[in-house]
Amino acid sequence: MRNKRQRYCIVGVGNTAYGHTPGLSQTALNVLAIRAALEDAGLTTKDLHGVLTKAPTSTFPRMWAPQIAEALRVKPNIVGTLDQAGATNIGLIQYAISCIELGQGEVVAIAYGDNPRTGTRENYARARGGDGAVAGLFGTPSSYALAARRRMHEYGTTKEQLGHVAMTHRYHASLNPNAVYQDPITLDDYLNARWVAEPFGLLDCCPVSDGGAAYIVTTEARAKELKKAPIYIRGIGQSHPSWEFFRRPDLAASGAAESGRLCFASAGMTTADVDFCEIYDCFTIVPVITLEEYGFVPRGKAGAFYQEGHTRLGGKLPCNTSGGLLSETGMPGTQLVCEAVRQLRGECGVRQVKNPAVGLVSQQGGILTTHATMLLSVEGGRLQ
Amino acid sequence: MNTMNTMSTLNFDGFGELFPEITELNKPYWDGLAQGEVRLQKCGACGKYQYPAETFCYECGAQKMAWVKVAAEGTVYSFIVVHQLYHKLLKPFMPYTVAIVQMDEGPRMLAAMLGLKSPIAIGDRVKPCIRVVDNERAFLTYVPANE
Repeated sequence: MRNKRQRYCIVGVGNTAYGHTPGLSQTALNVLAIRAALEDAGLTTKDLHGVLTKAPTSTFPRMWAPQIAEALRVKPNIVGTLDQAGATNIGLIQYAISCIELGQGEVVAIAYGDNPRTGTRENYARARGGDGAVAGLFGTPSSYALAARRRMHEYGTTKEQLGHVAMTHRYHASLNPNAVYQDPITLDDYLNARWVAEPFGLLDCCPVSDGGAAYIVTTEARAKELKKAPIYIRGIGQSHPSWEFFRRPDLAASGAAESGRLCFASAGMTTADVDFCEIYDCFTIVPVITLEEYGFVPRGKAGAFYQEGHTRLGGKLPCNTSGGLLSETGMPGTQLVCEAVRQLRGECGVRQVKNPAVGLVSQQGGILTTHATMLLSVEGGRLQ
Repeated sequence: MNTMNTMSTLNFDGFGELFPEITELNKPYWDGLAQGEVRLQKCGACGKYQYPAETFCYECGAQKMAWVKVAAEGTVYSFIVVHQLYHKLLKPFMPYTVAIVQMDEGPRMLAAMLGLKSPIAIGDRVKPCIRVVDNERAFLTYVPANE
């Protein structure tokens, strides 16, 4: 990444079981994920200078990162919880790098863990849009479905094409023993699934899942002393459409165009350098919007790109190689960073992308409200 | 209000619990609906209409907002048909349509479209239809302009 004193790496990733984890508190899911990520890196809690978190969506507790620090029995120099919804997963990496650049520490853990399935899922079903309750607008799927309808109207994406997003990510999940949904689905399964909010049926929507995931960020110098090959943070970009979704001038666009532009510029790369993508796929329309806004394909063409198999393992641009939010786990995005790191290390077994050098992670949150992009690479990947 | 359609043939018993908290800021809007008209804030400096209410203009920042009655007609910007029951009060209406309406005055509104005789489409012209809950409360829905 340009404009920095030194280079930064992700050196450890970890996660708990996904899906339904009764008996594990939100705290436990964060702590177990961080401890797993530390072990993956060959580090211990004694090495930690920072603990950063995205707050659990289901209950949004106050002062969350300090609680996790306590549960790890560490007293960090760097602590904080950022509120960018799904984009936080990358926003926190940017914050960690800033802190390390300022000399406040060297090793920072970033985590998310929540138990909305065994706990409460009310937050996902709440009314949206101020006085949305009298309008009958409840639930996250309904709001995304409004964006999907508009995008389909503007650019011609079809319901069948959205089905291929669900089928592709499910196929990848079928190769992932930690995925919540591993049974492959057919287009008929997709089209016959019950309606949630037209144009979305059940298989357009990610599940509500329990689980925790974490990663460890440090300097290149420290990374080279550790257990596994460092994965380099090559670029980060953010852009946030903000606004209540239905009032936003362009409801059906995301922040990906601008956050991608900033990220590719900071990495000195183009879309042609990317070997695979891990895209925040809370609903099937989102990867379609994202690939188009990044410029991997022209607007209106991502549905066909999926339909033609280009995003499958072995295709031109494998996407969501672990199954994504749609099939691996509905956790809001932290798992995508873990998967990108594992792919670049070559740890993914039957779902391994062949010799990848560069992976892209797209994170977004709210109702296409926030967006962040990150490019990761192996050492020497695409001319550092 | 002769142009505005006020209907109470459907049963909205209990819908009061779906209403937002009435505050000093939003009271004129809800009072307007109860009196059979749609009101929006209009900026005395730049002339823009806005919703939801604020003490200042989102566009220019001036603190010269006044409430005015509007026609509130518009076009469908997007819509969904809701099949998942999120609230027991909505059960009699399942499945129901929720639309984002681009009002001619400028603001976009979220509103239910209840009892549709045929499916709507993006770009369709729609008109307001105020639904009465009780003597003090009413809320905004939309119906096709040609109904």
